[in-house]
Amino acid sequence: MINEIIFMKGYGFYVWSAFSFTLISFATLYILIKTNLVKEQNKFVTKFGLLDKEKVKVAQIQSTHREILANKISSKV
Amino acid sequence: MFKIFEPNKIFLINSKTSKYILFLFITVLTIGLVEALFLSPEDYIQSHSVRIMYVHVPSAWISLGIFSLIALLSIVSFIFKNKNFSIIAKSLAPSGFVFNIIALVTGSIWGKPTWGTWWAWDARITSMLILLLFYAMYILAWRIFDKNEKVIKITSVIAILGVINVPIIKFSVDWWSTLHQDSSVNILSESTIHSSMLVPLLLMTAAFSLFSLLIFLMKYNTELIKIKNKGLDRL
Repeated sequence: MINEIIFMKGYGFYVWSAFSFTLISFATLYILIKTNLVKEQNKFVTKFGLLDKEKVKVAQIQSTHREILANKISSKV
Repeated sequence: MFKIFEPNKIFLINSKTSKYILFLFITVLTIGLVEALFLSPEDYIQSHSVRIMYVHVPSAWISLGIFSLIALLSIVSFIFKNKNFSIIAKSLAPSGFVFNIIALVTGSIWGKPTWGTWWAWDARITSMLILLLFYAMYILAWRIFDKNEKVIKITSVIAILGVINVPIIKFSVDWWSTLHQDSSVNILSESTIHSSMLVPLLLMTAAFSLFSLLIFLMKYNTELIKIKNKGLDRL
């Protein structure tokens, strides 16, 4: 039973290679995109931290700014 | 007219839905993999190698669908001068590119036991390779050109020229004598694939679509945060 799943009558190498390549590609793309997202979020948080009080007030009016900061905090948790 | 596509609204929706889409993707993918690898029957001619179809075909469908969508968004962005459509198109490109690579590589792996060769300059394979080049040009253009208006024009031209290739890929098996068989899954006419194989194929297509949606949402948010970062500099 297990042998049949692994070797698939001689086609196992081809089938498992195709599925492995697909899943590895998914994982690589996900990690790359996620890393970029986190990098941009960090850059945003750093820049936001450097703003003076007046500018912070202006920046916080935008819901997207608040959401980026909230996401950053929750992802750290 | 395009208020529904307002970047801030999309960003807020993205932030809240990404984790649910990731969960749904993992669930559907797991069921799809069990169906594709263990429960679906082997083919009476191709035996177990037919299982490669469950990753090869959905990848090809999605890469074609995404490029068509990129072209459509580029045209709309070009006509209505709506920058957000360009950002949406740009965010779709990475997953389309990766699905195109998966379609070519898994097709090559499937070709060896079926046709006895890893590669053939068959009409469909060649046209898929051309699509990959258009994806590469599209992504590179966004990286190379800095000026916003210029890059939107260049990427739109690439997308519009590239989309001409999409019907060529679709009908290549009818127009030329190729190694590929005619399509077995049809929307307008009756499909010739048995339900025991159609179910895993549709499950894997759903899983792959969810994955491309997830990547799109993350990439779109990254692009939007980049814009907001520039905005903070200007405050």
